[in-house]
Amino acid sequence: MAISNVWVFAQGANGAPTSSTQELLTKAREIGSSITAFVVGEAESFAAGLGEYGATKVYATGDLGGKLPGAAGAAAMKAVIDGGDVPDVILFPQNYEGRDVLARLSVKLDKPVLTNNTELAVQDDVVLVTTPVFGGTKLVRTTFTGGGPFLVAFRPKSFVAEASGGGAPEVVAAPVPDLGAAGGAQVQAVHVEEHTGPKLDEADIVVSGGRGLGEASKYEMIEALAKALKGAPGASRAIVDAGWVPYSYQVGQTGKVVKPTVYIAAGISGATQHMVGMKGSKNIIAINKDKEAPIFGVADLGIVGDVHKVLPKLIEALQKR
Amino acid sequence: MNVIVCVKQIPDPAQVGELDPSDNTLKRDGKLILDESDSYGVEMALQLVTTAGGDEVSLVSMAPNGETSGLRTALAMGAAKAVLVSDPALAGSDALTTAKILAAASKRLGDADLIIAGTESSDGYTGTVPEQIAEVLGLPSVTFAKHIEVAGDSVNVQRQTEAGYDEVTCPLPAVVSVTAGVVEPRYPSFKGIMAAKSKPVDEVTAADLDVTPVGWAGAGQEIVEVASAPEREAGEVIEDDGEGYTKIVEFLDRLKVI
Repeated sequence: MAISNVWVFAQGANGAPTSSTQELLTKAREIGSSITAFVVGEAESFAAGLGEYGATKVYATGDLGGKLPGAAGAAAMKAVIDGGDVPDVILFPQNYEGRDVLARLSVKLDKPVLTNNTELAVQDDVVLVTTPVFGGTKLVRTTFTGGGPFLVAFRPKSFVAEASGGGAPEVVAAPVPDLGAAGGAQVQAVHVEEHTGPKLDEADIVVSGGRGLGEASKYEMIEALAKALKGAPGASRAIVDAGWVPYSYQVGQTGKVVKPTVYIAAGISGATQHMVGMKGSKNIIAINKDKEAPIFGVADLGIVGDVHKVLPKLIEALQKR
Repeated sequence: MNVIVCVKQIPDPAQVGELDPSDNTLKRDGKLILDESDSYGVEMALQLVTTAGGDEVSLVSMAPNGETSGLRTALAMGAAKAVLVSDPALAGSDALTTAKILAAASKRLGDADLIIAGTESSDGYTGTVPEQIAEVLGLPSVTFAKHIEVAGDSVNVQRQTEAGYDEVTCPLPAVVSVTAGVVEPRYPSFKGIMAAKSKPVDEVTAADLDVTPVGWAGAGQEIVEVASAPEREAGEVIEDDGEGYTKIVEFLDRLKVI
């Protein structure tokens, strides 16, 4: 059976499909002939946008009423599949919601999952995915030995999004069935952290700080440099774990994947965990005291020096321009 | 309150990882240590039972060989006992099989009120196991917790989101996955290390738990190729002489981003 019926776990924000959703729909068009977007939540505000990227059908659960997406989304997907629309493959984004729905669905379908992928191909009617391992130094290509639906998740920015110019898709209700005990979690309040400037994973310039800054208050230099360059501030896992900055700043395997035009790593040694999240940047500048730091192995420009001396001068020079 | 923590014993991340040339799965035959991501869950569980008073933290773990050194670290931190599913047939198990095994292992410890796991392991990082365990056991779950509080027969959790965090309540029993940094894991004391040596570790096989198929054969996946990623070439590296910043300004100028 050829791969034809391709589903994408789709999400929207501000009335448009998210960038990950656009990327996955673009890739879905390349491997499948029938493209369906599955929205766990309300889809009305961005269904037209899903059509523009190639979805001809949209399933939507409607507002979850504070239920978490994992149990609710997987149960709604399973209900549609049991109803006879069986996808050959479902593409998920590697993010909070995608991962939770994927995990629950794999148990319901008793199918394995392949996550953290960056490439997708079809060979002999089976999907093949590529996962970078060991900090992106090796690429592992994996395929499925059983039948579909194949459940796969992709890191953000794995594919380049391109609109297809498709028309408005058919929107079909996919209500969440009774979840029993599994649906017990309930969101009581939503907290949004204030952000000014461009978003970390969309910014053209990213300035990240690490343990080499020495103390939390010195992160101000990172924010000042990012501001001077109209970029976004980021961080290594070490200083997020230490509580200097919120998790939403984290660049790396367990944080955000960024591919800006310029990435500046200040006081970051370049642990595997971090490199995975920024190695795809077009230009990398590193400032670190230790000339043996692995970050210099990927940097286009490396400054062996003290961030406390280099950054203030750099910020001052940029502010003068 | 019966709190169970899922812990993984992994090859030391400070060592360079290696793939087994026969099937390209990660080599795990050397000494295994407690995954640092799991030390947060162990610490969280210990704090929760201390607050609740007079209860115990138990561990479940899975390893292809009878390795217990990572488990002993968690026992030395203060966990009371462990179930170790150890079976050569488990080598290469995928995330779904792992979740089935851990779910079955947790049942050997009686009905858990709360099962805690790390968000993802530091070696395989599939990142689906906690949610899969919840689905196998038919339990509610909250993933990516950065703060947990037990309130009567439910938990209040701060769950990380793309934009910030959500406050979530969830009735017990439940599965919660915790992120790093949720608490500061304690260092095992000398007394704790000595006590851990005699704490019970119940070693069972996959067959004891009635879970099949296991291992790479049961994973439903096959690695077809392992290739080296294209190297990114290192550029110019200079020592800062006090004027190093001018090099950065010139570099940014050439890219026309300033």
